[in-house]
Amino acid sequence: MAASAGENVMGGTAAPTVAARRPGSWLVMPSVGVLLIWMIVPLVMTVWFSFRFYNLLDPSVHGFAGLDNYTYLVTDPNFWVSLRNTMVLLVAVLVITVGLGTLLAVLFNQPFPGRNVARVLAISPFFVMPTVSALLWKNLLMHPIYGVFGVVAHTFGLQPVDWFAQYPLASVITIVSWEWLPFALLILLTAVQSLDQEQREAARMDGAGVIAQFFFITLPHLSRAISVVIMIETIFLLTIFAEIFVTTSGGPGNATTNLAFLIYSRALLQFDIGGASAGGVVAIILANIVAIFLVRSVARRLEV
Amino acid sequence: MTTRISGRLTAAAVLSAVLGTAGASAAYADSTITVATVNNGDMVVMQKLSSVFEKEHPDIHVRWVVLEENVLRQRVTTDIATQAGQFDVMTIGNYEVPIWAKQGWLVPMDNLPAAYDVADLLKPVAEGLTYEGKLYALPFYAESAMTYYRTDLFKKAGITMAEAPTYAQIREYADKITDKPNQIYGMCLRGKPGWGENMAYVTTLVDAEGGQWFDMAWKPTINTPAWKTAITYYADILKADGPPGVSSNGFNETLALFASGHCGMWIDSTVAAGLLYDKKQSQVSDKVGFAPIPTGSFTGGPTWLWSWNLGIPASSKQKDAARTFVTWATSKEYVALVAKENGWVAVPPGTRQSTYDNPEYKAVAPFAGFVQRAIGSANSKGQTKEPRPYTGGQFVAIPEFQGIGTQVGQTIAGVLTGQSTVDQALKTAQYSTARVMNQAGYPKK
Repeated sequence: MAASAGENVMGGTAAPTVAARRPGSWLVMPSVGVLLIWMIVPLVMTVWFSFRFYNLLDPSVHGFAGLDNYTYLVTDPNFWVSLRNTMVLLVAVLVITVGLGTLLAVLFNQPFPGRNVARVLAISPFFVMPTVSALLWKNLLMHPIYGVFGVVAHTFGLQPVDWFAQYPLASVITIVSWEWLPFALLILLTAVQSLDQEQREAARMDGAGVIAQFFFITLPHLSRAISVVIMIETIFLLTIFAEIFVTTSGGPGNATTNLAFLIYSRALLQFDIGGASAGGVVAIILANIVAIFLVRSVARRLEV
Repeated sequence: MTTRISGRLTAAAVLSAVLGTAGASAAYADSTITVATVNNGDMVVMQKLSSVFEKEHPDIHVRWVVLEENVLRQRVTTDIATQAGQFDVMTIGNYEVPIWAKQGWLVPMDNLPAAYDVADLLKPVAEGLTYEGKLYALPFYAESAMTYYRTDLFKKAGITMAEAPTYAQIREYADKITDKPNQIYGMCLRGKPGWGENMAYVTTLVDAEGGQWFDMAWKPTINTPAWKTAITYYADILKADGPPGVSSNGFNETLALFASGHCGMWIDSTVAAGLLYDKKQSQVSDKVGFAPIPTGSFTGGPTWLWSWNLGIPASSKQKDAARTFVTWATSKEYVALVAKENGWVAVPPGTRQSTYDNPEYKAVAPFAGFVQRAIGSANSKGQTKEPRPYTGGQFVAIPEFQGIGTQVGQTIAGVLTGQSTVDQALKTAQYSTARVMNQAGYPKK
């Protein structure tokens, strides 16, 4: 089956050369070998299927397809829409989680009564399974008749909003952001806590206000943590699937079809293994391009 | 995050596998059959009653895989197409049976015992499961479509439902009943994208307006006036009189809306009748009226015929035990067993003449005659207004239709949410369908 786009993100990094000089490195060879086979076999099979006519429902059509699956993919208007949706989803969730995460991290760093309880509550969404949180949002919150938002709108005499029909992509972005905000908050909070208090004290003495302190002291200090958050989130956000599957099934129309969902619908709704594999190969290439850039920029930051 | 989940899933899978096999003793003469089925109410009852079957046949053990419809379809299709042989009995629709029989994937159901009484199966249902003169699956329950309405709301509005309503009349009724401030919606319909969800209903509507999916040369005929009439009607009535969020309502969601008293009318599967009539499951059980499916400008065309059936894949290693189970679960005895356990209103409908002849069933199910007539007139192999090269009532009986129907379903759902106009949607659907058909090599020689 099509390999996930999250696979093989290590393709961009060089093998550890330091370890090669130690005799111990021979001892880890077997496990490295197993891991390689684990990764290479599905990858090779995906590439192989992507050059073949292979539809489960119609065995009469089979054989070598050449580039047919790929041309069929890139001439599909849904494919370009799915690329756009993948990127919009990625960038929007990153902006929201990093932006709000930074603010919340600074906020939760201030002493206030009940701070520990508030921290636990703020982090808890991360421990809810994606399918469950999607269902919670879909039925308990956003459902126009039974949902909390709808009921609130009714009490104020407003027309309830049908979120997944009117703002499908925005709704999915909201759910995914809610899931990933705790992750960003957790990492950024530990970074804020490691900030040297004397520096801030000195800045305060020099007459810097709260805002100036944030922009000239806190934010530069957080830059490393932020880049780590961006890297890890990107790897996961490229393959968002469960939230879309549960709430909108890629619709209405193709408003919330991202690359992962497109591959799924090719493989398991249309049973077109060849076409789905071609999509999978494209997704792997895309993920690696993003990964190479990210790994490099993070590596540069960490060297400083 | 993702890895955590999949870790849990595999753990769960291993656990269930262990639990599943723990019950089966591995004596030689015994055989264990694996049955894949849908999580619909009637099948859950079958799973419960299978202990009776195991008592009657001590040498056969039944293992169950019960899944949601779409997931089940993916699992059984993948299994049968790759000849994996995980399942000995599969629950499949009348869409799959002829297609799979043609591929040689199913075991023919001939030489059935006389007690089974094949002649008792309703003719249109049995015909749908026949390929080249042989049955390839046995029907568990069958359905057509009809119109449900709320008698109390009609009385309040001072209108009566016509004997055989037309779509124009339905629109008038819906406008009169709708009372949005009190959350009463004159017309509830399926809007959730899927070839077996919104497109099942939309296909019947298109047929009623004189349209079809393909012409005799297998060219899609979606961007046509008939489709435009149908989709415009569908979008307009739902905009004016439909519930909010209709584009995410499938059969089950709409059933819940009607049963909780939010709908004035609903056109859908006849299988809902038993559920809406059941006091335990419906708040409006004493206020439901029935009418035939409405007609449009073209009458007498195919409407809707669906059956869930039990079939045996050719890759099964336990064909005899599987056959024993399939004949038991679709027999007259099984119907009587359900009646004894859960009452007559709960028996699987639409498969056997003997069920409809039964006075006890008629007494508790006032809709029985309606359902039988609807199935009798479903005409799923009949002609649309223009001749067509395919069969099927609310679907097209070709392997590619699952993909095509779901994709067009998405596009049509986009009309309901105002993301595209009817014209745009039909153009998009026409283009995407033509692409798939070209890729699949139609017209096939």
